[in-house]
Amino acid sequence: MNIAALKLSLILLGLSWLLKFQAWRHPEYRARIKEKNLTAQFMARDEEIGRWFTFRDGTISSGFGVRKDADVTVGFKNAALGADLLMPPINWLDQINAQKEFQLTVQGDDGLANWFAQTVMMGQTVGLQMGTPMPDGSMRYCNMTNGGPVFVSVKDGKIVRMTPIDLAEDDGASFTIEARGLKLTPPRKTTLAPHGQNAKSIVYSPDRLLYPMKRVDFDPNGARNPQNRGKSGYVRISWDEAITIVTDEIKRQKYTYGPGCIAVSHGSHHTWGNVGYYLSALFRFSNAIGMTRVHHNPDSWEGWYWGAVHHWGHTLRVGQSETYGTVEDCLQNCDMIVSWAADPETTSGSYGAQEGTIRRQWLKNPKLGIKVVHVDPYYNATAQFLPGKWFAPKPTTSPAMAMAIAYVWIKEGLYDKEYVKTHTVGFDKWAAYLTGEEDGTPKTPEWQEKETGVPARDVRALAREWGTKRVYLAPGGWGNGHGGACRNQTGIQWARVMVCLSSMQGLGKPGCNMGNLQWGTPVDFNFYFPGYSEGGMSGDLENTAMPVALYQRMPQLPTMNSNGQLIPRIWMPEAIADGKAEGYRWVGKSIEHQFGKFMYPAPGHSPVKMLYKYGGSILGTMNNTNRHVRMYQSENLEFVVNQSIWFEGEAKFADVVLPACTNFERTDISEWAGLGGYGHHGQQQLNHRVIIFQAPAIKPLGESKSDYWIFNEICKRLGLSNYFSEGINEIDWVKRIYLSSDLKKVISFKKLLKRGYYVVPAEKEKLRAPVSFRWFWEGRKKDVPEAQPLPSDYKEYLSGLQTQSGKLEFECNSLKRFKDPERPPIVKYEPSWEGPHSPEFGRYPLQLLTPHSKYSFHTQGDGKSSFLNNIADHRVLVGGWYYWVLRLNADDAAERGIKRNDLVKVFNDRGAVICAALPTERLTRGVCHGYESSAVYAPMGEPGKSVDRGGCLNLLTPHKTQTKSTHSLAGAQSIVQVELWDGRTEHMSETFAAMEKDKDVKRTLQEANLVPAK
Amino acid sequence: MKKWNMIIDVAECTNCQLCTLSAMDEYVGNDWPGYSAPMPRHGHRWIDIKQKERGQVPMIDIAYAPTMCNHCDDAPCMKADKTGAISKRDDGIVIIDPVKAKGHKELVDACPYGHIWWNDELQLPQAWPFDAHLLDQGWQQTRGQQACPTGAMRAIKVEDEDMARMARDEGLEVMKPEAGTKPRVYYRNLWRYSKCFIGGSVSAEANGVVDCVEGAGVRLLKDGAAVATATTDNYGDFKFDRLDEDSGRYAVEISGNGRKKTVEANLGVSLSLGEIRL
Repeated sequence: MNIAALKLSLILLGLSWLLKFQAWRHPEYRARIKEKNLTAQFMARDEEIGRWFTFRDGTISSGFGVRKDADVTVGFKNAALGADLLMPPINWLDQINAQKEFQLTVQGDDGLANWFAQTVMMGQTVGLQMGTPMPDGSMRYCNMTNGGPVFVSVKDGKIVRMTPIDLAEDDGASFTIEARGLKLTPPRKTTLAPHGQNAKSIVYSPDRLLYPMKRVDFDPNGARNPQNRGKSGYVRISWDEAITIVTDEIKRQKYTYGPGCIAVSHGSHHTWGNVGYYLSALFRFSNAIGMTRVHHNPDSWEGWYWGAVHHWGHTLRVGQSETYGTVEDCLQNCDMIVSWAADPETTSGSYGAQEGTIRRQWLKNPKLGIKVVHVDPYYNATAQFLPGKWFAPKPTTSPAMAMAIAYVWIKEGLYDKEYVKTHTVGFDKWAAYLTGEEDGTPKTPEWQEKETGVPARDVRALAREWGTKRVYLAPGGWGNGHGGACRNQTGIQWARVMVCLSSMQGLGKPGCNMGNLQWGTPVDFNFYFPGYSEGGMSGDLENTAMPVALYQRMPQLPTMNSNGQLIPRIWMPEAIADGKAEGYRWVGKSIEHQFGKFMYPAPGHSPVKMLYKYGGSILGTMNNTNRHVRMYQSENLEFVVNQSIWFEGEAKFADVVLPACTNFERTDISEWAGLGGYGHHGQQQLNHRVIIFQAPAIKPLGESKSDYWIFNEICKRLGLSNYFSEGINEIDWVKRIYLSSDLKKVISFKKLLKRGYYVVPAEKEKLRAPVSFRWFWEGRKKDVPEAQPLPSDYKEYLSGLQTQSGKLEFECNSLKRFKDPERPPIVKYEPSWEGPHSPEFGRYPLQLLTPHSKYSFHTQGDGKSSFLNNIADHRVLVGGWYYWVLRLNADDAAERGIKRNDLVKVFNDRGAVICAALPTERLTRGVCHGYESSAVYAPMGEPGKSVDRGGCLNLLTPHKTQTKSTHSLAGAQSIVQVELWDGRTEHMSETFAAMEKDKDVKRTLQEANLVPAK
Repeated sequence: MKKWNMIIDVAECTNCQLCTLSAMDEYVGNDWPGYSAPMPRHGHRWIDIKQKERGQVPMIDIAYAPTMCNHCDDAPCMKADKTGAISKRDDGIVIIDPVKAKGHKELVDACPYGHIWWNDELQLPQAWPFDAHLLDQGWQQTRGQQACPTGAMRAIKVEDEDMARMARDEGLEVMKPEAGTKPRVYYRNLWRYSKCFIGGSVSAEANGVVDCVEGAGVRLLKDGAAVATATTDNYGDFKFDRLDEDSGRYAVEISGNGRKKTVEANLGVSLSLGEIRL
């Protein structure tokens, strides 16, 4: 025997001892090896030596040699390679390379091989200590919610409490900002968003799915009754039956229809964790089975992606601005913040909990002398917190107000003329439009007053103050281009004009920038930990940000979806029910990618016949969602499976429901607000960077399982599980992510598992990131720590912006090249196609704002009998039901005889929703307000033909895109009527009826007067 | 003997509800024998944020005041309690014994603050016990304080004399002082919640253009005597705050741009007079 063979034999002998020892030591491992009876072996194919392992009724026997009757054989090309690959610590790059070169092969049933591989891997990790024992006898674990990190206290297998983290003395240092004689340091603690503090109640929710279910009238081998989706009940089935139905259907459809027949649809968010995230495990799974991608619209960036990028580039931030150093610059140099459709106190940035609140509280210190004014149709939570003048333009009209401000600046010379000359192009063209030279209409404050309702005198006063001060413009919740008014019909105009205003005032000068202290803290940007959008274990280099850094730091098998077919998400119901749709791409690589049109069905592909849906959010979160009700009932969908934690929303429209567990019941690892990709360096929303090992605090409730487990089980039946899982367990992926990061330099894996968190120390003052756009203002090369735009999008590398001229473009070269009448090269005001100018405004005279909710995170945290139901600003209990809240102007309410907590019907042709009324002075006449993203869809009769009392206001919002040649959501505003509810439950949705194939049904309902009178 | 007190700053509360939610997290599904039985999942808000919207579009503001059991030193609930179920600890915390109080629904009505909640399932009156079970384990803060991002809620353990001095020096107030209950929960900037304002926006026309008037002098007159003065800002706005609700007739006298104008107002709740054209 040569040395390599001897070495391999010894390692395998050691392995057999280890497995036997672990089985003796850990009951959990004993249970594991009891699961299967089989013989598996490792062998060197060259030398034909090896070792077999027989698992029988819970015992392990093992011997030297190669057996012909082994169920599973893991083969190394030769003993030297085998010894290398098995020698701890495992070198994952070598493993991957050996697989890719077919030097490491597996023979035998894929499921058995996978079980064997995962069992061997488990031998290394079983019994690892997780969490910290506390004096009161409880265990303290850590976890991460979408609203911040938590300590999870567990006793007797039950979660007792979840708290934010008070940082210990030896945790990483905090930053201090010196500004105007003040030293500002955040408190040494983490914060939570309300939905984060709410987490215990959604883990222990009565709406949890505890076992797999099948719709009662769905028979995969007989009548499927798609028309009954959303109406029929469910029966409990076993995991085996559920997985069998799903995998049989995947195979049947692929054989019957060919590529493209299966669509996978997920929400924009998920429970936190780099392994279990949708961009991780789900993407690897869906690439492995092959699917039609439901191509997302850039849903919180709409106006910025489709509009602002043409003026200043930043496509890899989806049109949002650079974000660095702005907290310090704002506190040191700015005189006034103009908060425009920005409510970070409601939206917490993205995953930023109340971190920004702490910094914005500093603004109350008069020594800083920073004023705040607010432009928003709703007197929002940020305006409440930071007193200042409130301007309340009618929804969708504020681009007109912005243009009037620019008009005053031009007329009174209140802008940075030198900067405009040297740093911008096309100003004269826009100025000619503003002054009326182009179209005969000067965009005066008086002109805008007719549109916006904001007094001309106030706009003039604001323009004069702004034009003489150093101002941070804060559009959207991030304060630098995200959310806010970019999601309504004029969102593209709004985002464009925001950039134009900044361009007139010397963007990048000290004190002149974008931001509201939500982004831009001086954290350490060089300490690497992957953001969730870097794709975790997805292996997906195309549809995640993995190519930026992670693919080299965490070698893994690449995955690639073989299907080219896409469904534009906004038009998903039309694509599926009507069989046709077209969309435009969201690709951050360049400005021009957005001009690429795609069609569904793609040439030569099968239309979608099966939907694999992840969660149930769409009815609450997309627009005009009675369309989706109709889609689910379409015969074109032969099979719908929904993998969800809670039984809510669309989960009730599935044929088979697979119960997933929460992130508190599985293993994962993540960084707070670590987004990566389009939200590069999202940690700069935080006061302290916090990385968490997400220990399973409790066992999965009922028969619920981790997404990873579910995908792997399906893959086992398709021969894909060793490809999907690479033969390892979730904890092993966690370790690989740990090893990919700089964590390994500062804390051992064992210690991390016990302690649960690591705080990255603040950056040294002299090494802090430079201020965004300062380089641009000073005419230097770009020096902020972000690799965007791509090198080829520069004229000279690192000089200037991504635009063709390299400058801020008032007249956009990209829009001169791509002719689009709705997006002219200069931004012009065009009133919304749904609003006061609509022909239907007589019948539906109220503008309904549907922004993101303050207490829940999209559908997460809402419904589910959660604690949030107890908050009167979220839901109100009336007659035993928790109704969604609709706010409306006090006079509008009085005129309709509506008082507080009266049940009102909010409706238009698209549908009707019953809400609890909240008359208020936070809205002007003619405007009402209710959050979008209800998790509860509760039609009081047949879906589509009755009122909803769940609160899905998105049943009422338009799904039409902002402009024809964009795939842009526009539904944050709609027109409705509100009246006291008469208790009638029938309400025909015109949308639903229009999609009904049976015209008689529609006519009958009309005759029965179930349609609002026209 | 140092005792616990709570100090709440109304001006810093954002209605994030984290204190309310952390109380639910702490008490729903958890039994703390000797301190509290589990809080029901719905229907109770042991920490409850009250709100006050003041003024009219577009001159408004909103104040939030977290409320809870006041742990009164002269607690009406203890007076109403005939069974010895309610006791006051040496550190000032009032505890409703979750065993002895069973069935005593009358205790709910005894609290003038509405902060004894009836647990129908357990037939038990319940209130927020100041997280005493945690403090007794060595916690230095309450759950609500820990969760509060702005420091608007702060529990302090001090001698009664020190607390009284602090209240006097810093203008801290209690809810319903007229009830004479001697609450241990104090408020800073309570006027944002309890008082009202008169405000308006001054404008003037010149050459056919209406502009805001900055720097106009404004006097608030009560019974002919000036009680306050103000100067309009660059938006022409002025505001007289901390007035008593239902305090009757006032006159607002404005002088600017060489012109004068007086507007009469009858003050019930906060009032925005809107645009006042000189």
